[in-house]
Amino acid sequence: MLPRFWRKIRYRYNLVGTYCENCRTYYYPPRNLCPKCRRKSKIKEVQLSGKGKVISYSIVHDAPENFKMMKPYVVALIQLDEGPIITSQLVCKPEEVRVGMRVRAVFRKYGEEGESGIIYYGTKFVPDS
Amino acid sequence: MRRVAVIGVGCSKFGELWDMNFRDIVISAGIEALEDAGLEGKEIEAMYIGNMSGGRYLAQEHVAALIADYAGLAELHIPATRVEAGDASGGLALRMAYMAVASGVHDVVIAAGAEKVTDVGAETAMDILSSAADREWEVFCGANLPALFAMMARMHMDRFGTTEEDLARVSVKNHRNAVNNPKAQFRREISLEVALNSPYVAEPLRLFDCAPISDGAAVVILASEEVAREYTDTPVYISACCQASDYLALHSRRDVTTMDAVVHASRQAYKHAGIEPKDVDVAEVHDSFTIAEIIAYEDLGFTEKGKGAELIREGVTELNGEIPVNPSGGLKACGHAIGATGIRQAVEIVLQLRGDAGKRQVDAEKGLALNIGGTGATAVVTIFER
Repeated sequence: MLPRFWRKIRYRYNLVGTYCENCRTYYYPPRNLCPKCRRKSKIKEVQLSGKGKVISYSIVHDAPENFKMMKPYVVALIQLDEGPIITSQLVCKPEEVRVGMRVRAVFRKYGEEGESGIIYYGTKFVPDS
Repeated sequence: MRRVAVIGVGCSKFGELWDMNFRDIVISAGIEALEDAGLEGKEIEAMYIGNMSGGRYLAQEHVAALIADYAGLAELHIPATRVEAGDASGGLALRMAYMAVASGVHDVVIAAGAEKVTDVGAETAMDILSSAADREWEVFCGANLPALFAMMARMHMDRFGTTEEDLARVSVKNHRNAVNNPKAQFRREISLEVALNSPYVAEPLRLFDCAPISDGAAVVILASEEVAREYTDTPVYISACCQASDYLALHSRRDVTTMDAVVHASRQAYKHAGIEPKDVDVAEVHDSFTIAEIIAYEDLGFTEKGKGAELIREGVTELNGEIPVNPSGGLKACGHAIGATGIRQAVEIVLQLRGDAGKRQVDAEKGLALNIGGTGATAVVTIFER
């Protein structure tokens, strides 16, 4: 699974998304084709601001195996200021999270494959006051 | 296009079938379907099998040939094909079989669905089912299937005033219905209080909002109208079987509280069958999580967007209501055997339309089944009539 993770590091670590110059829409996760323009897509990579707001969330109690140590943790749908909605973890106390809350992107650890396996890093969000 | 009839149905017990392996489960459903249709076996011309993940649940791929083999059909050399769309795999198998008969390519075709999940632990089972969502951009973050449906539920509550109690009511109804289904996994009533006091899995969804992941298989036998008359006096016809897709990840969809694939598949199906949502007398919908049943009411057009919870509050979808939904107990209480579920729903609707549903019988001439994959990136809507 290592190459599968490694080859998208650029997008996971820095919140690099894509922008279609034909219809002026931002996408995250990045796409090779714009679903509105298809073959007429003019896709380029862009650095997203990492600022946005929570539009929905869940506090996960029954955690998957590799997230057991973190439970309960908060996952959220975050609408970035550029438009796209992304799924991410929110680093805050479960009781703090609210729909509409402003958040910003940070670089955090997501997990690891055992003691000698690779460590997964990626983007999480924190409250932006 | 030829008219397509269901001439036989069969279903294994759903649940934790410790003493049965994958082959045993499928064959038990298959034998029941053959007996129901009055077929010997050699009449079967082709087979489609819905199975989400033989590879990860059993480390066994190539399950279509395996099933044809253990069904005693190896020497007939029929084409046997596995199809996959997460937990909509069964619905897909039904649609492939339907098209094979409708097009005139084959006269008698089997649509089956099967999954054996208990050979891996419960956590692995959920991880495998969660691969029906986007592994790289959803599940990677710890957003497994319960968490994703939880975020749909949260937004539905925020926007439309749906409550945790409404969700619990769906669970209570489906458990009540399952009491009278001998194939169901959980045949006991639960109270609203028990549902509302069960622990959170992913807020706002509690244990009783989540369907179990079960072992099980189901089989339907389809035939052209002409051939069907040789075997049965009570054929049930498939008047439409439509499929639609959408963005795989919830975050990319037009609206988090709408399954556009369900909207598209159902509108096509109603048009094809020449009916409207209000003409549906009974429905089996995909309640992998209770919120999914409430959203299904809306996206199938039983009510308008945002008013799904009213149907459960007012008892419209109870067994004795205007449109009984999930008389079998649904995925919640009958059990969710992933790839088998879409076919299991078809079996229930056929039994209901034939008047063979025993104590859970409703009065119905037209029935609908909705099978979805993951959070709704695939939807299959099938309309049946007697």
